Amino acid sequence: MGVGIEVESLNAWFGATQALQDIGMRIAPNHATAIIGPSGCGKSTFVRCLNRMHETLPETRVTGKVRIGEMEVYGDGTPAVLVRRQVGMVFQKPNPFPAMSIYDNVAAGLKLNGFRDRRKLDEIVERSLRMAALWDEVKDALKKKSGASLSGGQQQRLCIARALAVEPNVLLMDEPASALDPISTGKIEDLIFQLKENYTIVIVTHNMQQAARVAEFTGFFLLGRLIEFAKTEKIFTNPSDKRTEDYITGRFG
Amino acid sequence: MRTGSRLPDETFRYAMIACGLSVAVVLGLILYELVVNSSLSLHQFGWRFFISQTWDPVKDQFGALPFIYGTIVSSIVALVLAVPLGVGVALFITEMCPQRLRGILSFSTELLAAIPSVIYGLWAIFVLVPILRLYIEPGLMRYFGWTGLFEGPPYGIGMLAAGIVLAIMVVPIISSLTREVLSAVPRNQREAALALGSTRWEMIRIGVLRNARAGILGAVILGLGRALGETMAVTMVIGNRPEIAKSLLAPGYTMASVIANEFTEATGRLYLSALVEIGLALFLVTIVVNALARLLVWSVTRGLPARVHAQ
Ligand SMILES: Nc1ncnc2c1ncn2[C@@H]1O[C@H](COP(=O)(O)OP(=O)(O)OP(=O)(O)O)[C@@H](O)[C@H]1O
Ligand SMILES: [Mg+2]
Repeated sequence: MGVGIEVESLNAWFGATQALQDIGMRIAPNHATAIIGPSGCGKSTFVRCLNRMHETLPETRVTGKVRIGEMEVYGDGTPAVLVRRQVGMVFQKPNPFPAMSIYDNVAAGLKLNGFRDRRKLDEIVERSLRMAALWDEVKDALKKKSGASLSGGQQQRLCIARALAVEPNVLLMDEPASALDPISTGKIEDLIFQLKENYTIVIVTHNMQQAARVAEFTGFFLLGRLIEFAKTEKIFTNPSDKRTEDYITGRFG
Repeated sequence: MRTGSRLPDETFRYAMIACGLSVAVVLGLILYELVVNSSLSLHQFGWRFFISQTWDPVKDQFGALPFIYGTIVSSIVALVLAVPLGVGVALFITEMCPQRLRGILSFSTELLAAIPSVIYGLWAIFVLVPILRLYIEPGLMRYFGWTGLFEGPPYGIGMLAAGIVLAIMVVPIISSLTREVLSAVPRNQREAALALGSTRWEMIRIGVLRNARAGILGAVILGLGRALGETMAVTMVIGNRPEIAKSLLAPGYTMASVIANEFTEATGRLYLSALVEIGLALFLVTIVVNALARLLVWSVTRGLPARVHAQ
Protein backbone atom coordinates (compact mmCIF):
# COMPACT_ATOMS: atom_id res chain seq x y z
CA MET A 1 0.00 0.00 0.00
CA GLY A 2 1.22 3.47 -0.79
CA VAL A 3 2.20 5.92 1.88
CA GLY A 4 2.30 9.69 1.92
CA ILE A 5 5.39 11.81 1.49
CA GLU A 6 6.07 14.99 3.42
CA VAL A 7 8.81 17.31 2.31
CA GLU A 8 9.91 20.20 4.48
CA SER A 9 12.39 22.98 3.65
CA LEU A 10 14.38 20.80 1.29
CA ASN A 11 17.54 22.28 -0.23
CA ALA A 12 19.93 20.57 -2.60
CA TRP A 13 23.27 21.56 -4.07
CA PHE A 14 25.61 20.51 -6.84
CA GLY A 15 28.94 21.79 -5.58
CA ALA A 16 28.31 25.49 -4.97
CA THR A 17 25.18 25.81 -7.13
CA GLN A 18 21.90 25.39 -5.36
CA ALA A 19 19.49 23.31 -7.43
CA LEU A 20 16.58 23.25 -4.98
CA GLN A 21 15.51 25.98 -2.60
CA ASP A 22 13.29 25.51 0.37
CA ILE A 23 10.86 23.00 -1.09
CA GLY A 24 7.84 21.99 0.96
CA MET A 25 5.23 19.54 -0.31
CA ARG A 26 2.74 16.98 0.93
CA ILE A 27 2.25 14.13 -1.47
CA ALA A 28 -0.93 12.14 -0.99
CA PRO A 29 -0.79 8.36 -0.66
CA ASN A 30 -2.19 6.22 -3.47
CA HIS A 31 -2.36 9.05 -5.94
CA ALA A 32 -0.19 10.18 -8.79
CA THR A 33 1.54 13.52 -8.42
CA ALA A 34 3.10 15.21 -11.43
CA ILE A 35 6.15 17.45 -11.33
CA ILE A 36 6.34 19.93 -14.19
CA GLY A 37 8.54 22.86 -15.09
CA PRO A 38 11.03 24.06 -17.67
CA SER A 39 14.26 22.22 -18.29
CA GLY A 40 16.85 22.69 -15.55
CA CYS A 41 14.36 23.79 -12.91
CA GLY A 42 15.24 20.96 -10.56
CA LYS A 43 12.57 18.32 -11.22
CA SER A 44 14.98 15.41 -11.45
CA THR A 45 16.94 16.69 -8.50
CA PHE A 46 13.74 16.85 -6.48
CA VAL A 47 12.68 13.25 -7.08
CA ARG A 48 16.24 12.07 -6.62
CA CYS A 49 16.23 13.66 -3.19
CA LEU A 50 13.20 11.60 -2.21
CA ASN A 51 15.14 8.30 -2.39
CA ARG A 52 18.56 9.71 -1.58
CA MET A 53 19.93 9.18 -5.08
CA HIS A 54 21.08 12.79 -5.20
CA GLU A 55 23.87 12.15 -2.73
CA THR A 56 25.36 9.39 -4.91
CA LEU A 57 26.70 12.06 -7.27
CA PRO A 58 30.04 13.58 -6.29
CA GLU A 59 30.07 16.86 -4.37
CA THR A 60 26.37 17.09 -3.73
CA ARG A 61 24.59 18.13 -0.55
CA VAL A 62 21.06 17.99 0.79
CA THR A 63 19.43 19.65 3.79
CA GLY A 64 15.86 19.55 5.04
CA LYS A 65 13.36 16.88 5.91
CA VAL A 66 11.65 14.17 3.92
CA ARG A 67 9.26 11.75 5.56
CA ILE A 68 7.94 8.75 3.66
CA GLY A 69 5.22 7.12 5.73
CA GLU A 70 6.87 6.66 9.10
CA MET A 71 10.40 6.80 7.76
CA GLU A 72 12.61 9.84 8.22
CA VAL A 73 14.49 9.67 4.92
CA TYR A 74 17.31 11.92 6.11
CA GLY A 75 17.13 10.77 9.72
CA ASP A 76 20.36 9.93 11.51
CA GLY A 77 19.53 6.29 11.90
CA THR A 78 18.15 5.72 8.40
CA PRO A 79 20.53 4.05 5.96
CA ALA A 80 20.19 5.18 2.35
CA VAL A 81 20.01 1.56 1.25
CA LEU A 82 16.88 1.01 3.32
CA VAL A 83 15.20 4.09 1.83
CA ARG A 84 15.93 2.97 -1.71
CA ARG A 85 14.53 -0.48 -1.05
CA GLN A 86 11.20 1.04 -0.17
CA VAL A 87 11.11 3.56 -2.96
CA GLY A 88 11.15 2.31 -6.53
CA MET A 89 12.64 4.48 -9.25
CA VAL A 90 12.25 4.52 -13.00
CA PHE A 91 14.63 6.65 -15.01
CA GLN A 92 14.20 8.71 -18.14
CA LYS A 93 16.37 6.40 -20.21
CA PRO A 94 15.53 2.72 -19.79
CA ASN A 95 18.40 1.04 -17.95
CA PRO A 96 17.87 -2.71 -17.77
CA PHE A 97 20.92 -4.79 -16.94
CA PRO A 98 22.11 -5.98 -20.36
CA ALA A 99 24.11 -8.88 -18.98
CA MET A 100 21.05 -10.36 -17.27
CA SER A 101 18.07 -12.21 -18.66
CA ILE A 102 14.62 -10.64 -18.47
CA TYR A 103 13.86 -12.86 -15.51
CA ASP A 104 17.03 -11.91 -13.66
CA ASN A 105 16.40 -8.24 -14.32
CA VAL A 106 13.06 -8.42 -12.56
CA ALA A 107 14.42 -10.62 -9.79
CA ALA A 108 17.53 -8.48 -9.24
CA GLY A 109 16.13 -6.41 -6.38
CA LEU A 110 14.71 -9.44 -4.58
CA LYS A 111 17.95 -11.35 -4.90
CA LEU A 112 19.74 -8.38 -3.35
CA ASN A 113 17.40 -8.68 -0.41
CA GLY A 114 18.52 -12.26 -0.01
CA PHE A 115 15.35 -13.75 -1.45
CA ARG A 116 16.04 -17.32 -2.51
CA ASP A 117 12.71 -19.17 -2.67
CA ARG A 118 12.51 -20.25 -6.35
CA ARG A 119 8.77 -20.80 -6.53
CA LYS A 120 7.95 -17.54 -4.83
CA LEU A 121 10.47 -15.75 -7.05
CA ASP A 122 8.80 -17.15 -10.20
CA GLU A 123 5.48 -15.92 -8.90
CA ILE A 124 6.68 -12.43 -8.13
CA VAL A 125 8.48 -12.09 -11.46
CA GLU A 126 5.33 -13.06 -13.30
CA ARG A 127 3.14 -10.75 -11.24
CA SER A 128 5.51 -7.81 -11.70
CA LEU A 129 5.73 -8.34 -15.43
CA ARG A 130 1.94 -8.57 -15.63
CA MET A 131 1.55 -5.35 -13.68
CA ALA A 132 3.99 -3.71 -16.06
CA ALA A 133 1.94 -5.02 -19.00
CA LEU A 134 4.93 -6.83 -20.41
CA TRP A 135 4.22 -10.45 -19.48
CA ASP A 136 2.53 -11.49 -22.71
CA GLU A 137 5.32 -10.11 -24.83
CA VAL A 138 8.18 -11.81 -23.00
CA LYS A 139 6.80 -14.88 -21.27
CA ASP A 140 8.31 -17.25 -23.85
CA ALA A 141 11.86 -15.96 -23.55
CA LEU A 142 12.08 -15.00 -19.88
CA LYS A 143 15.39 -16.67 -19.24
CA LYS A 144 16.69 -16.79 -22.77
CA LYS A 145 16.62 -13.17 -23.81
CA SER A 146 18.80 -10.45 -22.39
CA GLY A 147 17.21 -7.34 -20.90
CA ALA A 148 18.89 -5.33 -23.65
CA SER A 149 17.30 -7.31 -26.47
CA LEU A 150 13.92 -5.64 -25.97
CA SER A 151 12.63 -2.53 -27.68
CA GLY A 152 12.93 0.81 -25.88
CA GLY A 153 9.32 0.77 -24.70
CA GLN A 154 9.60 -2.83 -23.56
CA GLN A 155 12.83 -2.03 -21.76
CA GLN A 156 11.12 0.78 -19.90
CA ARG A 157 8.28 -1.52 -18.86
CA LEU A 158 10.90 -4.05 -17.79
CA CYS A 159 12.46 -1.39 -15.60
CA ILE A 160 9.05 -0.67 -14.12
CA ALA A 161 8.58 -4.39 -13.42
CA ARG A 162 12.01 -4.48 -11.82
CA ALA A 163 11.07 -1.58 -9.56
CA LEU A 164 7.69 -3.12 -8.68
CA ALA A 165 9.10 -6.54 -7.84
CA VAL A 166 10.47 -5.37 -4.50
CA GLU A 167 7.00 -4.06 -3.57
CA PRO A 168 7.96 -0.48 -2.85
CA ASN A 169 5.60 1.94 -1.11
CA VAL A 170 6.41 4.71 -3.51
CA LEU A 171 7.27 4.78 -7.19
CA LEU A 172 9.31 7.67 -8.57
CA MET A 173 9.32 8.13 -12.33
CA ASP A 174 11.57 10.66 -14.02
CA GLU A 175 10.14 11.31 -17.46
CA PRO A 176 9.52 7.60 -17.96
CA ALA A 177 8.00 8.02 -21.41
CA SER A 178 10.03 10.80 -22.93
CA ALA A 179 12.13 8.45 -25.05
CA LEU A 180 9.17 6.41 -26.24
CA ASP A 181 6.76 6.39 -29.17
CA PRO A 182 3.09 7.30 -28.60
CA ILE A 183 1.95 3.69 -28.30
CA SER A 184 4.51 2.78 -25.65
CA THR A 185 3.76 6.07 -23.92
CA GLY A 186 0.08 5.18 -23.88
CA LYS A 187 0.85 1.81 -22.33
CA ILE A 188 2.91 3.40 -19.62
CA GLU A 189 0.23 5.96 -18.87
CA ASP A 190 -2.37 3.21 -18.58
CA LEU A 191 0.00 1.48 -16.26
CA ILE A 192 0.40 4.52 -14.02
CA PHE A 193 -3.35 4.79 -13.93
CA GLN A 194 -3.68 1.26 -12.57
CA LEU A 195 -0.68 1.40 -10.29
CA LYS A 196 -1.80 4.43 -8.39
CA GLU A 197 -4.51 2.41 -6.72
CA ASN A 198 -1.81 0.70 -4.72
CA TYR A 199 1.20 2.95 -4.96
CA THR A 200 2.09 6.54 -4.36
CA ILE A 201 3.48 7.77 -7.63
CA VAL A 202 5.56 10.83 -8.34
CA ILE A 203 6.08 11.43 -12.03
CA VAL A 204 8.24 14.06 -13.66
CA THR A 205 7.02 15.05 -17.08
CA HIS A 206 7.54 17.63 -19.76
CA ASN A 207 4.28 16.74 -21.34
CA MET A 208 1.44 18.68 -19.84
CA GLN A 209 -1.25 16.55 -21.40
CA GLN A 210 0.38 13.61 -19.75
CA ALA A 211 0.32 15.33 -16.39
CA ALA A 212 -3.33 16.17 -16.90
CA ARG A 213 -4.16 12.59 -17.89
CA VAL A 214 -2.49 10.67 -15.10
CA ALA A 215 -1.99 12.90 -12.07
CA GLU A 216 -4.42 14.20 -9.44
CA PHE A 217 -1.89 16.70 -8.13
CA THR A 218 0.72 18.77 -9.89
CA GLY A 219 3.66 20.78 -8.68
CA PHE A 220 5.18 23.49 -10.84
CA PHE A 221 8.89 24.13 -10.38
CA LEU A 222 10.86 27.12 -11.59
CA LEU A 223 14.54 27.86 -11.00
CA GLY A 224 14.81 25.43 -8.12
CA ARG A 225 11.69 26.63 -6.34
CA LEU A 226 8.25 25.11 -6.01
CA ILE A 227 6.03 27.84 -7.40
CA GLU A 228 2.68 26.19 -7.08
CA PHE A 229 1.33 22.90 -5.87
CA ALA A 230 -2.35 22.04 -6.22
CA LYS A 231 -4.90 19.76 -7.79
CA THR A 232 -3.95 19.17 -11.41
CA GLU A 233 -7.24 20.59 -12.58
CA LYS A 234 -6.63 23.83 -10.78
CA ILE A 235 -3.07 24.15 -12.07
CA PHE A 236 -4.23 23.78 -15.64
CA THR A 237 -7.46 25.76 -15.54
CA ASN A 238 -7.03 28.34 -12.87
CA PRO A 239 -3.46 28.69 -11.58
CA SER A 240 -2.97 31.18 -8.79
CA ASP A 241 0.52 32.20 -9.81
CA LYS A 242 1.24 34.27 -12.89
CA ARG A 243 4.39 32.25 -13.65
CA THR A 244 2.48 28.98 -13.65
CA GLU A 245 -0.03 30.44 -16.03
CA ASP A 246 2.74 31.66 -18.34
CA TYR A 247 4.31 28.23 -18.37
CA ILE A 248 1.18 26.20 -19.05
CA THR A 249 -0.01 28.57 -21.71
CA GLY A 250 3.34 28.15 -23.39
CA ARG A 251 4.59 31.69 -22.94
CA PHE A 252 8.00 30.39 -21.90
CA GLY A 253 9.94 27.22 -21.15
CA MET B 1 37.29 27.10 -55.04
CA ARG B 2 39.59 24.27 -54.08
CA THR B 3 39.88 22.45 -57.35
CA GLY B 4 43.48 21.42 -56.71
CA SER B 5 42.64 19.43 -53.61
CA ARG B 6 42.08 16.15 -55.46
CA LEU B 7 45.67 15.18 -56.02
CA PRO B 8 47.07 15.58 -52.49
CA ASP B 9 44.04 13.73 -51.19
CA GLU B 10 44.78 10.73 -53.38
CA THR B 11 48.47 10.75 -52.53
CA PHE B 12 47.65 10.90 -48.88
CA ARG B 13 45.27 7.99 -49.26
CA TYR B 14 47.86 5.80 -50.96
CA ALA B 15 50.48 6.73 -48.41
CA MET B 16 48.15 5.65 -45.63
CA ILE B 17 47.29 2.41 -47.39
CA ALA B 18 50.99 1.72 -47.80
CA CYS B 19 51.60 2.31 -44.10
CA GLY B 20 48.77 0.02 -43.17
CA LEU B 21 49.90 -2.70 -45.53
CA SER B 22 53.50 -2.51 -44.38
CA VAL B 23 52.45 -3.76 -40.95
CA ALA B 24 50.80 -6.80 -42.48
CA VAL B 25 53.80 -7.36 -44.73
CA VAL B 26 56.23 -7.25 -41.82
CA LEU B 27 54.08 -9.74 -39.96
CA GLY B 28 53.99 -12.03 -42.98
CA LEU B 29 57.75 -11.78 -43.47
CA ILE B 30 58.43 -12.67 -39.86
CA LEU B 31 56.22 -15.71 -40.15
CA TYR B 32 57.91 -16.72 -43.41
CA GLU B 33 61.41 -16.39 -41.98
CA LEU B 34 60.49 -18.36 -38.90
CA VAL B 35 59.04 -21.21 -40.95
CA VAL B 36 61.96 -21.31 -43.39
CA ASN B 37 64.59 -21.23 -40.69
CA SER B 38 62.93 -23.90 -38.59
CA SER B 39 62.22 -26.28 -41.46
CA LEU B 40 65.11 -28.55 -40.53
CA SER B 41 63.77 -29.11 -37.05
CA LEU B 42 60.19 -29.25 -38.30
CA HIS B 43 61.11 -32.14 -40.59
CA GLN B 44 63.39 -33.93 -38.18
CA PHE B 45 61.09 -34.04 -35.14
CA GLY B 46 57.58 -33.34 -36.43
CA TRP B 47 54.95 -33.18 -33.69
CA ARG B 48 57.25 -34.99 -31.26
CA PHE B 49 59.11 -31.73 -30.89
CA PHE B 50 56.30 -30.39 -28.73
CA ILE B 51 55.94 -33.44 -26.48
CA SER B 52 59.54 -34.45 -26.00
CA GLN B 53 61.27 -33.51 -22.77
CA THR B 54 64.84 -33.98 -23.93
CA TRP B 55 66.87 -30.91 -24.72
CA ASP B 56 70.36 -32.16 -25.46
CA PRO B 57 72.37 -30.04 -27.90
CA VAL B 58 75.34 -32.43 -27.63
CA LYS B 59 73.35 -35.39 -28.97
CA ASP B 60 71.26 -33.17 -31.28
CA GLN B 61 68.08 -34.17 -29.47
CA PHE B 62 65.57 -31.37 -29.14
CA GLY B 63 62.17 -31.31 -27.46
CA ALA B 64 60.32 -28.17 -26.44
CA LEU B 65 58.07 -29.47 -23.69
CA PRO B 66 60.07 -28.12 -20.71
CA PHE B 67 59.96 -24.63 -22.22
CA ILE B 68 56.31 -24.81 -23.07
CA TYR B 69 55.64 -26.03 -19.56
CA GLY B 70 57.76 -23.28 -18.04
CA THR B 71 56.09 -20.58 -20.10
CA ILE B 72 52.61 -21.80 -19.21
CA VAL B 73 53.26 -22.35 -15.52
CA SER B 74 55.07 -19.06 -14.94
CA SER B 75 52.26 -17.26 -16.77
CA ILE B 76 49.61 -19.01 -14.69
CA VAL B 77 51.39 -18.10 -11.47
CA ALA B 78 51.60 -14.53 -12.75
CA LEU B 79 47.90 -14.37 -13.58
CA VAL B 80 46.82 -15.94 -10.30
CA LEU B 81 48.62 -13.12 -8.51
CA ALA B 82 48.03 -10.30 -10.97
CA VAL B 83 44.33 -10.70 -11.79
CA PRO B 84 42.92 -10.03 -8.32
CA LEU B 85 45.45 -7.29 -7.75
CA GLY B 86 45.00 -5.62 -11.13
CA VAL B 87 41.21 -5.77 -11.06
CA GLY B 88 41.27 -4.60 -7.44
CA VAL B 89 43.41 -1.60 -8.30
CA ALA B 90 41.13 -0.72 -11.21
CA LEU B 91 38.02 -1.03 -9.05
CA PHE B 92 39.56 1.09 -6.36
CA ILE B 93 40.54 3.79 -8.83
CA THR B 94 37.21 3.95 -10.65
CA GLU B 95 34.76 3.29 -7.85
CA MET B 96 36.13 4.30 -4.49
CA CYS B 97 39.15 6.48 -4.74
CA PRO B 98 38.81 10.20 -3.91
CA GLN B 99 39.00 12.31 -7.08
CA ARG B 100 42.36 13.84 -6.16
CA LEU B 101 44.10 10.52 -5.60
CA ARG B 102 42.71 9.08 -8.82
CA GLY B 103 45.09 10.81 -11.20
CA ILE B 104 48.16 10.07 -9.13
CA LEU B 105 47.27 6.42 -8.74
CA SER B 106 46.48 5.74 -12.37
CA PHE B 107 49.59 7.62 -13.41
CA SER B 108 51.81 5.58 -11.16
CA THR B 109 50.32 2.25 -12.23
CA GLU B 110 50.89 3.25 -15.83
CA LEU B 111 54.45 4.21 -14.95
CA LEU B 112 55.05 0.66 -13.77
CA ALA B 113 54.40 -0.49 -17.32
CA ALA B 114 57.11 1.80 -18.66
CA ILE B 115 59.97 0.39 -16.58
CA PRO B 116 62.33 -1.72 -18.73
CA SER B 117 62.08 -5.38 -17.87
CA VAL B 118 65.78 -5.69 -17.12
CA ILE B 119 65.23 -3.34 -14.19
CA TYR B 120 62.54 -5.65 -12.87
CA GLY B 121 65.03 -8.50 -13.28
CA LEU B 122 67.68 -6.68 -11.28
CA TRP B 123 65.21 -5.75 -8.59
CA ALA B 124 64.07 -9.35 -8.41
CA ILE B 125 67.61 -10.69 -8.07
CA PHE B 126 68.60 -8.27 -5.34
CA VAL B 127 65.35 -7.85 -3.44
CA LEU B 128 62.72 -10.42 -4.32
CA VAL B 129 64.86 -13.55 -4.50
CA PRO B 130 66.49 -13.13 -1.05
CA ILE B 131 63.12 -12.42 0.53
CA LEU B 132 61.66 -15.50 -1.14
CA ARG B 133 64.59 -17.66 -0.08
CA LEU B 134 64.74 -16.52 3.52
CA TYR B 135 61.12 -15.96 4.46
CA ILE B 136 58.42 -16.75 1.97
CA GLU B 137 59.52 -20.07 0.55
CA PRO B 138 60.26 -21.73 3.92
CA GLY B 139 56.83 -20.54 5.06
CA LEU B 140 55.12 -21.90 1.97
CA MET B 141 56.91 -25.22 2.46
CA ARG B 142 55.79 -25.48 6.05
CA TYR B 143 52.14 -24.64 5.48
CA PHE B 144 51.48 -25.68 1.90
CA GLY B 145 54.16 -28.33 1.44
CA TRP B 146 51.43 -30.99 1.39
CA THR B 147 50.16 -29.68 -1.97
CA GLY B 148 53.43 -30.78 -3.56
CA LEU B 149 53.71 -27.37 -5.17
CA PHE B 150 56.27 -26.13 -2.68
CA GLU B 151 59.00 -28.71 -2.23
CA GLY B 152 62.72 -29.01 -2.52
CA PRO B 153 65.43 -26.59 -1.47
CA PRO B 154 64.28 -22.96 -1.39
CA TYR B 155 66.73 -21.42 -3.82
CA GLY B 156 64.77 -18.23 -4.17
CA ILE B 157 65.39 -18.44 -7.87
CA GLY B 158 62.85 -20.55 -9.74
CA MET B 159 59.36 -20.72 -11.20
CA LEU B 160 57.75 -18.87 -8.29
CA ALA B 161 60.18 -15.96 -8.52
CA ALA B 162 59.57 -15.73 -12.26
CA GLY B 163 55.82 -15.82 -11.73
CA ILE B 164 55.96 -13.02 -9.17
CA VAL B 165 58.10 -10.77 -11.36
CA LEU B 166 55.76 -11.42 -14.26
CA ALA B 167 52.79 -10.62 -12.05
CA ILE B 168 54.26 -7.23 -11.17
CA MET B 169 54.83 -6.52 -14.85
CA VAL B 170 51.34 -7.64 -15.83
CA VAL B 171 49.40 -5.75 -13.14
CA PRO B 172 49.65 -2.36 -14.89
CA ILE B 173 48.33 -3.85 -18.13
CA ILE B 174 45.41 -5.54 -16.47
CA SER B 175 44.57 -2.60 -14.25
CA SER B 176 44.75 0.12 -16.88
CA LEU B 177 42.65 -1.83 -19.37
CA THR B 178 40.19 -2.90 -16.71
CA ARG B 179 39.92 0.71 -15.67
CA GLU B 180 39.02 1.67 -19.21
CA VAL B 181 36.44 -1.08 -19.39
CA LEU B 182 34.94 -0.15 -16.04
CA SER B 183 34.62 3.50 -16.92
CA ALA B 184 32.91 2.49 -20.15
CA VAL B 185 30.08 1.03 -18.06
CA PRO B 186 27.43 3.76 -18.21
CA ARG B 187 26.48 5.55 -15.03
CA ASN B 188 22.86 4.55 -15.52
CA GLN B 189 23.82 0.95 -14.76
CA ARG B 190 25.22 2.03 -11.42
CA GLU B 191 22.12 4.11 -10.76
CA ALA B 192 19.86 1.19 -11.66
CA ALA B 193 21.62 -0.96 -9.07
CA LEU B 194 21.67 1.77 -6.42
CA ALA B 195 18.01 2.62 -6.90
CA LEU B 196 17.13 -1.01 -6.17
CA GLY B 197 18.72 -0.55 -2.78
CA SER B 198 22.06 -2.20 -3.33
CA THR B 199 25.02 -1.50 -1.12
CA ARG B 200 28.16 -0.17 -2.71
CA TRP B 201 29.63 -3.64 -3.17
CA GLU B 202 26.39 -5.03 -4.60
CA MET B 203 26.25 -2.07 -6.95
CA ILE B 204 29.78 -2.87 -8.13
CA ARG B 205 28.89 -6.51 -8.54
CA ILE B 206 25.63 -6.26 -10.49
CA GLY B 207 25.90 -2.79 -11.99
CA VAL B 208 29.58 -2.73 -12.95
CA LEU B 209 31.50 -6.02 -12.91
CA ARG B 210 28.70 -7.97 -14.48
CA ASN B 211 28.58 -5.62 -17.43
CA ALA B 212 32.34 -5.46 -17.75
CA ARG B 213 33.27 -9.09 -17.51
CA ALA B 214 33.99 -9.66 -21.20
CA GLY B 215 36.26 -6.64 -21.20
CA ILE B 216 38.00 -7.67 -18.00
CA LEU B 217 38.59 -11.09 -19.50
CA GLY B 218 40.12 -9.31 -22.48
CA ALA B 219 42.42 -7.34 -20.20
CA VAL B 220 43.47 -10.54 -18.47
CA ILE B 221 44.23 -12.26 -21.76
CA LEU B 222 46.25 -9.28 -22.90
CA GLY B 223 48.21 -9.52 -19.67
CA LEU B 224 48.68 -13.19 -20.43
CA GLY B 225 50.11 -12.26 -23.81
CA ARG B 226 52.65 -10.08 -22.08
CA ALA B 227 53.56 -12.79 -19.61
CA LEU B 228 54.00 -15.41 -22.32
CA GLY B 229 56.46 -13.33 -24.28
CA GLU B 230 58.40 -11.64 -21.51
CA THR B 231 62.06 -12.61 -21.73
CA MET B 232 64.63 -10.62 -19.82
CA ALA B 233 63.26 -10.45 -16.31
CA VAL B 234 62.23 -14.08 -16.42
CA THR B 235 65.60 -15.27 -17.65
CA MET B 236 67.26 -13.49 -14.76
CA VAL B 237 65.29 -15.28 -12.05
CA ILE B 238 63.82 -18.54 -13.37
CA GLY B 239 66.99 -20.61 -13.09
CA ASN B 240 67.20 -21.62 -16.74
CA ARG B 241 67.06 -25.37 -16.35
CA PRO B 242 65.13 -27.35 -19.00
CA GLU B 243 63.34 -29.63 -16.57
CA ILE B 244 59.75 -30.18 -15.65
CA ALA B 245 59.19 -30.12 -11.91
CA LYS B 246 55.91 -30.04 -10.04
CA SER B 247 57.35 -27.79 -7.36
CA LEU B 248 57.17 -24.07 -8.03
CA LEU B 249 60.34 -23.60 -6.03
CA ALA B 250 62.36 -25.55 -8.58
CA PRO B 251 64.15 -23.82 -11.44
CA GLY B 252 62.61 -23.93 -14.89
CA TYR B 253 62.96 -22.44 -18.33
CA THR B 254 60.63 -20.61 -20.72
CA MET B 255 60.36 -20.45 -24.49
CA ALA B 256 61.42 -16.84 -24.66
CA SER B 257 64.36 -17.20 -22.32
CA VAL B 258 65.82 -20.29 -23.99
CA ILE B 259 65.89 -18.45 -27.29
CA ALA B 260 67.56 -15.43 -25.73
CA ASN B 261 70.10 -17.50 -23.82
CA GLU B 262 71.13 -20.10 -26.36
CA PHE B 263 70.79 -18.40 -29.71
CA THR B 264 74.31 -16.97 -29.76
CA GLU B 265 75.91 -20.25 -28.73
CA ALA B 266 73.83 -22.52 -30.94
CA THR B 267 76.43 -24.01 -33.23
CA GLY B 268 74.75 -26.86 -35.07
CA ARG B 269 72.21 -26.13 -37.80
CA LEU B 270 69.64 -28.39 -36.17
CA TYR B 271 70.17 -26.68 -32.80
CA LEU B 272 69.55 -23.29 -34.40
CA SER B 273 66.57 -24.59 -36.27
CA ALA B 274 65.03 -26.00 -33.08
CA LEU B 275 65.38 -22.64 -31.37
CA VAL B 276 63.68 -20.94 -34.29
CA GLU B 277 60.86 -23.45 -34.12
CA ILE B 278 60.32 -22.53 -30.48
CA GLY B 279 60.22 -18.92 -31.65
CA LEU B 280 57.61 -19.83 -34.25
CA ALA B 281 55.42 -21.50 -31.65
CA LEU B 282 55.73 -18.52 -29.31
CA PHE B 283 54.94 -16.12 -32.13
CA LEU B 284 51.76 -17.94 -33.10
CA VAL B 285 50.54 -18.30 -29.53
CA THR B 286 51.06 -14.65 -28.64
CA ILE B 287 49.41 -13.46 -31.85
CA VAL B 288 46.32 -15.54 -31.17
CA VAL B 289 46.17 -14.54 -27.52
CA ASN B 290 46.52 -10.85 -28.30
CA ALA B 291 43.97 -10.93 -31.09
CA LEU B 292 41.47 -12.59 -28.79
CA ALA B 293 42.06 -10.05 -26.06
CA ARG B 294 41.76 -7.05 -28.38
CA LEU B 295 38.51 -8.40 -29.72
CA LEU B 296 37.03 -8.75 -26.25
CA VAL B 297 38.15 -5.33 -25.06
CA TRP B 298 37.00 -3.76 -28.29
CA SER B 299 33.57 -5.34 -28.10
CA VAL B 300 33.06 -3.82 -24.67
CA THR B 301 34.47 -0.34 -25.10
CA ARG B 302 32.52 0.07 -28.32
CA GLY B 303 29.40 -0.44 -26.26
CA LEU B 304 28.50 -3.73 -27.85
CA PRO B 305 28.32 -5.93 -24.81
CA ALA B 306 29.11 -9.46 -25.89
CA ARG B 307 25.67 -11.00 -25.65
CA VAL B 308 25.52 -12.93 -22.45
CA HIS B 309 22.75 -15.39 -21.92
CA ALA B 310 21.09 -16.45 -18.73
CA GLN B 311 23.09 -18.81 -16.61
N1 LIG C 1 25.49 16.42 -12.34
C1 LIG C 1 25.29 17.74 -12.19
N2 LIG C 1 26.31 18.54 -11.83
C2 LIG C 1 26.14 19.85 -11.67
N3 LIG C 1 24.97 20.47 -11.82
C3 LIG C 1 23.91 19.75 -12.19
C4 LIG C 1 24.01 18.34 -12.39
N4 LIG C 1 22.79 17.86 -12.73
C5 LIG C 1 21.99 18.93 -12.76
N5 LIG C 1 22.62 20.08 -12.43
C6 LIG C 1 22.04 21.42 -12.33
O1 LIG C 1 20.99 21.39 -11.40
C7 LIG C 1 19.85 22.08 -11.90
C8 LIG C 1 18.64 21.18 -11.85
O2 LIG C 1 18.84 20.09 -12.72
P1 LIG C 1 17.77 18.94 -12.91
O3 LIG C 1 18.42 17.84 -13.63
O4 LIG C 1 17.13 18.64 -11.62
O5 LIG C 1 16.72 19.66 -13.88
P2 LIG C 1 15.41 19.09 -14.53
O6 LIG C 1 14.29 19.96 -14.10
O7 LIG C 1 15.29 17.63 -14.26
O8 LIG C 1 15.68 19.34 -16.07
P3 LIG C 1 15.25 18.44 -17.32
O9 LIG C 1 13.83 18.75 -17.56
O10 LIG C 1 16.10 18.98 -18.42
O11 LIG C 1 15.52 17.02 -16.98
C9 LIG C 1 20.19 22.53 -13.30
O12 LIG C 1 20.42 23.91 -13.26
C10 LIG C 1 21.46 21.82 -13.65
O13 LIG C 1 22.32 22.68 -14.34
MG1 LIG D 1 15.45 15.84 -15.48
